[in-house]
Amino acid sequence: MIIAERKPMDEIKRMLAPYKKVLVAGCGTCVTVCWAGGEKEVAILASQLRLARSAEHNEISIFEASVERQCEREMVAEIKDKVTEVEAVISLACGAGVQTMSEMFEDKPVFPGVNTTFIGMPEKEGLWVEMCGACGDCFLDRTGGICPIVRCAKGLLNGPCGGTRKGGKCEIDPDKDCAWVLIYRRLEKQGRLDLMRNYYAPKNYRAVKRPGRIQAAKA
Amino acid sequence: MNNCIVAFCCEHSAYPAADLAGKLKLHYPENLRIIRVPCAGRVDLIHILKAFEKGAAAVMVMGCEGGACHHMTGNTRAKERVKYCNLLLREIEADGRLVAMFNLSPNAPHKFVGAVNEITKRIKESGR
Amino acid sequence: MATPFRKILKTKDFVVTAEAAPVKGSNVSKAIEHIELLKDKVDGLNVTDNQSSVMRYPSLGVCLLVKEHGGEPVLQVTCRDRNRLAIQADLLFAYSRGVDNVLCLTGDSIDVGDHKEAKQVFDLDSVQLIHLIHTLNSGQDMAGNELDGNIDFCIGTTATPSADPLEPQLIKVEKKLAAGVEFIQTQAVYELDELKRFVEFVRKIDDKVKILGGIVPVIGAKMAAYMNDNVPGVFIPQHLIDELAQTPKGTGVAKGIEIAARMIRQMREEKICDGVHIMFIGREEKVPDILEAAGLL
Repeated sequence: MIIAERKPMDEIKRMLAPYKKVLVAGCGTCVTVCWAGGEKEVAILASQLRLARSAEHNEISIFEASVERQCEREMVAEIKDKVTEVEAVISLACGAGVQTMSEMFEDKPVFPGVNTTFIGMPEKEGLWVEMCGACGDCFLDRTGGICPIVRCAKGLLNGPCGGTRKGGKCEIDPDKDCAWVLIYRRLEKQGRLDLMRNYYAPKNYRAVKRPGRIQAAKA
Repeated sequence: MNNCIVAFCCEHSAYPAADLAGKLKLHYPENLRIIRVPCAGRVDLIHILKAFEKGAAAVMVMGCEGGACHHMTGNTRAKERVKYCNLLLREIEADGRLVAMFNLSPNAPHKFVGAVNEITKRIKESGR
Repeated sequence: MATPFRKILKTKDFVVTAEAAPVKGSNVSKAIEHIELLKDKVDGLNVTDNQSSVMRYPSLGVCLLVKEHGGEPVLQVTCRDRNRLAIQADLLFAYSRGVDNVLCLTGDSIDVGDHKEAKQVFDLDSVQLIHLIHTLNSGQDMAGNELDGNIDFCIGTTATPSADPLEPQLIKVEKKLAAGVEFIQTQAVYELDELKRFVEFVRKIDDKVKILGGIVPVIGAKMAAYMNDNVPGVFIPQHLIDELAQTPKGTGVAKGIEIAARMIRQMREEKICDGVHIMFIGREEKVPDILEAAGLL
């Protein structure tokens, strides 16, 4: 799922500084799971902002609303009435949600309250790790299910690089595993090291021409 | 509600301790508002923040000591939440010390009063 | 005019190369000093490419200076800063100006350098770069277009004999050998047994490639510890750090040179490998001392 992290408070306060009536909009899907922008986080941020602005003698009216998925126009439409009441919206959804809201309420400034970071999963409670780079040309069949594009710090297809730290840790961060050492161990376990011995030609970096656009074939 | 101290008191520890303090006529500030909870772990971040929004000067979360929690990990969860709440307050440049966790046993009325006095001291120090 | 590196690789018993890092700025006087100091004492002079991800005068620029001053340059090309178009274009230029020895590297990550917010390119990796140069050598670019003008690079690459774990690195070395390289300059070695085992491994696959053992002199225990933590691909063993810790103040450089020379002598006398690649960044003026102490002058 998409992992996001709440923006620093000073950034949020700066964005909302000119406004006195604001809606904090949450999303019930990815950002709820990663504790960044669900109903709970909306309530907490709203409370923090009220307390902060009150202490500055610059009161702010904060409304709260969440929808199941902020990247769906139908669902966002459900909170239309709340949006019309305010001067600005701060969305705690991922970039897709923020932009859907912006598109649907073009006359209102819609600010991003989180930084969308990556596609990943919880390694353990409260620890999210990147798994997929949405490169549009999935390589996972050749690496025992470990993505070299985002889990290798350099995105190598014929790794590892010469900078692997002792014990198989990554050059850039001793707490991170070298993806190619992980790939080696996984393929060795499966008796498929021949996959790692293959030469992989340079990647097609234009597999997804940004901005991406996919038209499903009609049923 | 303005400038009161809100104390979330676990019914197995702090609440009976508070009760005992009252019976013994031990003195503690008049502006203390006790909220009885089944366990300190029942208190969530938003409860603490709402208390501040409604004008509380400080918030106490009081639960059982060490391994005595009747719900196993309620008191440890409460401790983590209070720690996180310190962070949330510091983020908005508020005094993080104004929310605090205290652990005590049900027959510790003096400890209860001591905790309230400690928080009262912190309120004075923060200039409120 | 210097002897072409490829010829030296084929004919000389113990090949010696050294490294010169370009400086920050457009003032090339220091680079020229180092070139003049080393060009006649070594068989090839490597020029690094934004080494340690620190922005510097380009490798190709200093290689041209090496050529101008009668030395034999080895152009280091990393994959970190340029995409496949830029790399191919630079190589065409290099060849047209007589720079025809290339060392293919992946490149350190941006994080170890001084422009920490830059975009990492890594459009290619080092193995793909080797294949790319072969393609250029055959008269085509990566997209299959015919090239005007002959190209014949002498291709080399790096390897890390002290990697831990070693097996994944060796698989990559296999791929590099399969792609075809004429020389390997290893990362710094401090345990000659590791180098020996590495050379044995390579020989089983390719008995023609020349292997030059990498030597990075260490001049103090603190420096050694720093390098272990911060320089990718370097693993200095504890016994060496201890030996350095024993040296009296002010004699660190001399000790580092002594240890380096000792290792080079052994590499040569025991025919452990085909040569040595000396990397003494920031102290290029001391390289002749190492060469002398090792009996290579």
